[in-house]
Amino acid sequence: MADRITLEVARYRPEREAEPVMQSYEVPLRPDWAILDGLNYIKDQLDGTLSYRWSCRMGICGSCGMTVNGDPKLTCATFLTDYAPGPVRIEPLPNFPVIRDLVVDIDDFMTKLPTVKPWLVRDEHEPVEKGEYLQTPEELDEYKQYSMCINCMLCYAACPVYALEPGFIGPAAIALAQRYNLDSRDAGLDDRHDVLSSDEGVWGCTFVGECSAVCPKGVDPAGAIQRYKLTAATRAIKDLLLPRGGR
Amino acid sequence: MIETTGPYHRPISLFWWTRRRAYLVFVLRELSSVFVAWFVVYLLMLVSATSSGGDSYQRFQDWSGQVWVLALNIVSFLFILLHMVTWFGLAPKAMVVKLRARRVPPRAVLAGHYALCVLLSAIVAWLVLR
Repeated sequence: MADRITLEVARYRPEREAEPVMQSYEVPLRPDWAILDGLNYIKDQLDGTLSYRWSCRMGICGSCGMTVNGDPKLTCATFLTDYAPGPVRIEPLPNFPVIRDLVVDIDDFMTKLPTVKPWLVRDEHEPVEKGEYLQTPEELDEYKQYSMCINCMLCYAACPVYALEPGFIGPAAIALAQRYNLDSRDAGLDDRHDVLSSDEGVWGCTFVGECSAVCPKGVDPAGAIQRYKLTAATRAIKDLLLPRGGR
Repeated sequence: MIETTGPYHRPISLFWWTRRRAYLVFVLRELSSVFVAWFVVYLLMLVSATSSGGDSYQRFQDWSGQVWVLALNIVSFLFILLHMVTWFGLAPKAMVVKLRARRVPPRAVLAGHYALCVLLSAIVAWLVLR
């Protein structure tokens, strides 16, 4: 195996370029190096002007999502050796405006996320002295999968609906809404309903399924969306057929 | 002062759906709705011809036997199969079925859909062919 590999990295410096250009760098090919290690090598040893986001290096912070050879990936969890002999093409995540080099603008997601109230909504708050809101393992299992989301934006990058209809709330926000809807301690189902059941909510999704395919944490946002579609449809039928008291 | 162009918005190619296999399957599945609609129209035409008497039914059969109608129906049938397989694939994701407080495995939900489809098809075949 060669001891070096070429990384073709997208560069966009708004003060210099009207659109991104590719720049090649040669980095050491080490079995324990992830793509992010290669980028850090470029930043530290070859070209300090390269901009990208990263933090934890262990698939928790969700900062280092980029496009690697056309696929949305967490670069800290994607190894260089899997792409040997190279070259490896590294670009910013698609479907987001590029601020600089590999850094994308996720303000759109940050604006949409609070609209689904991704926190525990309570009708009544127990006094602190009464202790924690207890939950059985079965109740935890209901939503645990969705709580693994790290907001890495790979699902938005893989979603053609989000690319074509930027108003779509998107996979992660809906999965996070479901994380709370399915929590036995939560009472916010009604509060989230209007946003989730709107055209920009679950009905915007056409079930391409790539959000779940690229998710590095096994969250399955596509499943969360389809599940809420059934909830919303059942609720609409009940609203139509049952008197107010029977719902 | 350095002049900047601001965030770069990447254009979306008209052929974005050729970029990944899943996108292509998705577009074909969306297209399959046209063929589902055609089968509905075809069924209504069949019912109309049948209810209008033997001659009308015979004319409908002759028309249906033309190469282009046959080809259209074969293509439609393939798209209907794609439509069915993709919809059934969605079902276990949307339906969380519980039996005695345990979640029924998604494969069992999927198998249930296919079993029901086979059963209904057999009933229809029996009604038509008996």
